[in-house]
Amino acid sequence: MPIKLTVNGRPREVDVEPDMPLLWALRDVLDMKGTKFGCGIAQCGACTVHINGEPVRSCSYPVSAAQNQQVTTIEGIARGTQLHPVQAAWIEHQVPQCGYCQSGQIMAAVALLKKKPKPTDADIDAAMTNICRCGTYARIRAAIHAAAKSLRGRKA
Amino acid sequence: MTKPDSASVRPARFRQSRRDFLVTSAGGGLALGLSLPSAFAQKTGAAESAELNVWVVIQPDDTVVIRYARSEMGQGSMTSAPQLVAEELDADWSKVRVEYADTNEHIRRKRAWGSMSSVGSQTIRNSQDYLRKGGATARAMLVMAAAKEWQVSASEITVANGVIRHAASQRSSGFGRLAAAAAKLEPPREVALKDPKDWKIAGKSMRRVDIPASVNGTQRYGADVQLPGMLYAAIAQSPVFGGKVKSFDDARVKARRGIRKVLVVDGNAVAVVADNWWRAKEALKDVAIDWDVGANGTVSSASIAAFFQEGLRAPGQAPATPNSKGDPEQAFAGAAKVLEAEYSTPYLAHAPMEPMGATVHIQQDRVDAWASTQNGEAQLTGVAEALGVPPERVYFHKTQAGGGFGRRSGPDFIRQAALIAKELPVGTPVKLLWTREEDTQHGLYRPLAMYRFKAGLDAGGRPTGWTTRVASGSLFNQLIGMPLRNNIDNAAMEGFTEFPYEVPHQRHEYQQRRTHVPIGFWRTVGWSQTPFGRECFLDELAHAAGKDPYTYRRELLQGHEPRQQRALHILDAVAEAAGWGKPLPPGVFRGIATTEPYGSYTSGVVELSVDKSGGIRLHRVVLAINCGHAVNPDNIVAQLQGSTVFALTAAMWGEITIKDGRVEQGNFDQYRMMRLREMPKVEVRILPTGGFWGGVGEPGQAPIIPALANALFAATGKRVRSLPLKNEGFHLL
Repeated sequence: MPIKLTVNGRPREVDVEPDMPLLWALRDVLDMKGTKFGCGIAQCGACTVHINGEPVRSCSYPVSAAQNQQVTTIEGIARGTQLHPVQAAWIEHQVPQCGYCQSGQIMAAVALLKKKPKPTDADIDAAMTNICRCGTYARIRAAIHAAAKSLRGRKA
Repeated sequence: MTKPDSASVRPARFRQSRRDFLVTSAGGGLALGLSLPSAFAQKTGAAESAELNVWVVIQPDDTVVIRYARSEMGQGSMTSAPQLVAEELDADWSKVRVEYADTNEHIRRKRAWGSMSSVGSQTIRNSQDYLRKGGATARAMLVMAAAKEWQVSASEITVANGVIRHAASQRSSGFGRLAAAAAKLEPPREVALKDPKDWKIAGKSMRRVDIPASVNGTQRYGADVQLPGMLYAAIAQSPVFGGKVKSFDDARVKARRGIRKVLVVDGNAVAVVADNWWRAKEALKDVAIDWDVGANGTVSSASIAAFFQEGLRAPGQAPATPNSKGDPEQAFAGAAKVLEAEYSTPYLAHAPMEPMGATVHIQQDRVDAWASTQNGEAQLTGVAEALGVPPERVYFHKTQAGGGFGRRSGPDFIRQAALIAKELPVGTPVKLLWTREEDTQHGLYRPLAMYRFKAGLDAGGRPTGWTTRVASGSLFNQLIGMPLRNNIDNAAMEGFTEFPYEVPHQRHEYQQRRTHVPIGFWRTVGWSQTPFGRECFLDELAHAAGKDPYTYRRELLQGHEPRQQRALHILDAVAEAAGWGKPLPPGVFRGIATTEPYGSYTSGVVELSVDKSGGIRLHRVVLAINCGHAVNPDNIVAQLQGSTVFALTAAMWGEITIKDGRVEQGNFDQYRMMRLREMPKVEVRILPTGGFWGGVGEPGQAPIIPALANALFAATGKRVRSLPLKNEGFHLL
């Protein structure tokens, strides 16, 4: 029985084992390569996607649990060609170095800003637990504050 | 500047292949159903574009394609190197597109792009001359073409921002219209390069060309390659280095869904090939493998330490660096005070976020391969050697690398992928991906090193004699296989071979220690560990002399050699930036260190406080760098910020330990990385003096660990001489 998913608003079906992690259904079955593999044990967060807007580490999240849920990936946060304010802030602050962890970092940041439109440094510390080996943390912090400002401006 | 030789673009004489699946072919373009972004798919075609030289290709619409020969793994050279070309070309930066130089063409064109290696912080410093000449030569050819067409003197023509202009006749042109004519001209033998004072593109914080793709999920790394009909491989390598596969039993997995093959790779690993990677990885857990671990199965961190201690304490003299001079023993005999100390730094894994892996596609007449790498040419050669095919038939495609830090130079992982592909039907592409655990346990580790120092101080506290003994693995001998000149490994002795401090009697010795643990270049290499010994022992001398550690260093850097003057300059710069000597809030302490890595000069101050339980709070890290010329200042800031995280991660938690011949750490839960909340405030001062070209990707790390340890001493009175700090009673708050 294929598993039915909604990925970035589109209905998708994957004919895989129910315990296959969502990450591999996305990457190898649906060929959506924006979500990355870093550790496989939910430590690094490179695989972060949203399930109904909540950040989850898709390497440790069975695809069957995503059945009939809204899955959002890095490919799904821009509006057409208009980048999400978090993505725009990432460019403005020249955040990425190698870039490999940044899909996950951005997804974690987008989820944070949904909950806390005006995050404090402590909020950012608590929410942003993804590993970046290149050490872009200072810029991630600055970009989140900038994106928060831009998101608030957009709503006003 | 080498003139592109069109003849050499044609396929070179093919060596006879040892395998018959390759038949003679001109190679040429091949339509692959790649899910790669346009940056990789749209290689510049020869028909519509004019190649002025190997670096500069101009399209009719004025697009300037600048070839980049090395790799991008986050260090930013894919932007800064083209900035140097564009600067001399007087290009319009908004019309510049950067493209990787093709590795296969590189081989066929007799290595036309020079080094493809991204190591040693060398991209800018070792290619700036030919890159700038490439830009300047192309500019001169465009000017000559304009002069010919307009029938005016070339000396009356100016070029600015991508526009060629003859003021007197009010004529102007973009590059595109003149490029085809320019490409037919003989390039000038000599070109003048700009004074960096006049730079408009270089020296500016141009945005990184690769960043837009990194924020929208379209950046493609080696791990992201997907081809039609591709299979996926997971691998288990001998847990003990040097071990072999005795036998394996795949009865439990053979019939499982998607499993295509289970095989031995290179005698020392077992791979499962499946129709997706997760199935391969899961099945591999259920393949029973019997390993022949050999004699190394009893090696432990303790036995390795004893072997290193033996090297450290071996009586008599050991091979010494050429700058050794005088008679330190005599100096010690006459000294008012003699100090001795031993320091040690552990094995470390690189742990880039993207684990090792590669994709190989063998066809009748060619082999295509992809991997995240720091050296495209080495990957191409590695595939050719693994398969026994001529390198001219291998098409290695570079992708962005998900971190490198020295791990991705060699072909170990692509060799495995090639050997797996060879056992599959011709035409079946296969992607090998290592797990995080394989990545941690099969690295090329930063060598373990132990240091023994002795110094004699005169009555005024000034050192009269200094000896160093380093016991460490030799990268040049053990990894690269080079014989050592004078039995000295220059990587292990970084910081000592050009010891900057004025000490009349000094001797710096090296004892090679070879174990079964594979070693490799780890970001900042020797300079990632030698300063911990050198700069902390110097701090011990300052303390014994009753002097301020900054002033003490100053007094020993009064020599007249440029490197001593530059070391003093950058030491003064960081002291000033950090407000050294000014009072700190109660409970806050600082430490200082200075280094001379990879042609650059970097110094650092760390400010911290320590609670009663050994909890360290990092208040501020101040770094200063003189890299001669600052080609992209914002990228330098980024590299120094990142270097701080890299160094502090190593300082606090980094260690690879050995038990029963194998690595004890596996995933990130056992090999801890710094997180966002732990990163301190980092302040960077970039102070390029000109007059030389230094590196940027690695030098930032060098002073951080000793500055941290010196600050810990100031705060607690405890002199840490062994890393990581988690083993010394400290933790990070």
